[in-house]
Amino acid sequence: MKKLVSLVLSTLLLFLLAGCGSGPEDTTTDKAEVQSLSIKGSDTMVHLVSTWTEEFMQSDAHVDISVTGGGSGTGIAALLNGTTDICAASRGMKEKELKQAQASNISPKEIAVARDGIVLVVNPENPVSSLTIDQLREIYTGKAKNWQEVGGPDAPIIVLSRESSSGTFIFFQEHVLNKEDYTASARLLPGTSALIQAVAADKWAIAYVGLGFAAESQGNVKALAVQAQGQAAPVAPSEATIRSGEYAISRPLFFYTNGEPQGVAKKFVDFCLSPTGQDIVRKAGYVPVS
Amino acid sequence: MSRSLRSIFTDRVMRVLLVGAASTSVLIVGLIFLFLFKEAGPFVLKPGLAKLFDSQWIPVSFQQERYGVGPLLSGSALVTLLAMVITVPTSVLIAIYIAEIARPMEREWLKPFIEILASIPSVVLGFFGLIVVAPLVKDIFGLSTGLTALTGALLLSLMAIPTVISISEDALASVPYALKNASLALGASHLQTIFRVTLPAALPGIVAAVMLGIGRVIGETMAVLMVTGNSAIVTFSPLESVRTMTATIAAEMGEVPFGSVHYQSLFWIGIILLFITFILNIIAQRVLKKYGMMK
Repeated sequence: MKKLVSLVLSTLLLFLLAGCGSGPEDTTTDKAEVQSLSIKGSDTMVHLVSTWTEEFMQSDAHVDISVTGGGSGTGIAALLNGTTDICAASRGMKEKELKQAQASNISPKEIAVARDGIVLVVNPENPVSSLTIDQLREIYTGKAKNWQEVGGPDAPIIVLSRESSSGTFIFFQEHVLNKEDYTASARLLPGTSALIQAVAADKWAIAYVGLGFAAESQGNVKALAVQAQGQAAPVAPSEATIRSGEYAISRPLFFYTNGEPQGVAKKFVDFCLSPTGQDIVRKAGYVPVS
Repeated sequence: MSRSLRSIFTDRVMRVLLVGAASTSVLIVGLIFLFLFKEAGPFVLKPGLAKLFDSQWIPVSFQQERYGVGPLLSGSALVTLLAMVITVPTSVLIAIYIAEIARPMEREWLKPFIEILASIPSVVLGFFGLIVVAPLVKDIFGLSTGLTALTGALLLSLMAIPTVISISEDALASVPYALKNASLALGASHLQTIFRVTLPAALPGIVAAVMLGIGRVIGETMAVLMVTGNSAIVTFSPLESVRTMTATIAAEMGEVPFGSVHYQSLFWIGIILLFITFILNIIAQRVLKKYGMMK
């Protein structure tokens, strides 16, 4: 009986100790020279970054890189909290975030690693094939509610957008909506693949996605040509038109590090900017910077 | 002497450990409340609680951020109400069947399946909703998109039905045989007995089951995030898109700058949500206790 009691007691104690003892995870030390690197941020860039990572790890077996998405905002927040080494962001840092960085003693270093075009996609059955920036603004701010108002057939426009945690959401708001608010009846979906899925299923939907995703899902969705103010004709999104800046809705993709990248981080960034790295950019459906 | 001292000591230690373990859950609930209010607190001073009564929810804006929780509350209310309209009749009928009509063999088959339904992860149900239910809703009602409040409600009722069934069934099964036998002896048919005697006698238990079901539905996140379309508008139409409180927290908490006004407003939504489920749970427990159905 007494043995049983002491057994129960010691088990309980063990549990208590185990509960207290789990300290911070040890990532860097031990394990003979395997260095780790964490990259977090833009959902748009996850595909590209993980391709880079795969290639990079093949050439350097002593590095263990973890790549997570979650949105540019999430990545920047992680950089400011010191929980990621590199932040992948599809937009520049906002003033608020820069102030926060100062407050938490972090000096973000911005490195442009690729360019991305934001492509407007509609269902292949939709006869509309091009829109002007003004028309896009009217659609996304809720002034135009019917395809008739922008040169299409008589059908309601189903406006689809990313969640507000997405870098694409903010870029689109800043550069296409002219900083106006999105219409309240826009449906906010939790990811790019959900957007593609919805546009492929709903005949009168419109959504915006990165060029890479639009290229991958060709056939299920149709990319629209876009005409900026002062342009004579609508420009179809492609690598050439995005690099030349002719296609109006394009943006640089960034890495952010705390201070100049060092050690493994520097090696990785250098690899991404090398000809091999930029070749991967092209293959992933984005546009090289150099 | 030393032996008895030792056993007293062991008793004491055991007692402290067990009391500690038992009170941990109480402590955790208390800490959660404290934490929520601590994080949400500064909002009261700046920009002030009145901001929560704004008519719109636009937390990310270059013009003017607006933190009105009204649209989110109405979104949650609409989805929950719809889910209950679907859940209550279905589950009560199923519970009646299992408790009163089904043969023992059938009962043994039905109950495990209902329990499996309860254990499907909500993300999986969300996928199911996106791929199967949304297109169905779209085709049946001739809509241009299936991302509606109704789609969310259908998925949520799938989650609530098992809970409501099992508690209602317990309530029905605990109605004394004397009542049923008396009814049958007076010449009432089986069906008459069920609907005029057993069901009314079990009503408090069923009400409590429904309350717990509402609590489950209003707190659910993933499924609604995936299929309701998340437009922050006030609407009473089941075929419009709505944004619920839970989906808002889930979608926006990851991105928001730590300690910002937006961050605090999300914590206020959390407080409101916790408050609602807290009250629902208390009502359900009161009802169960009052009629002696708590075991």
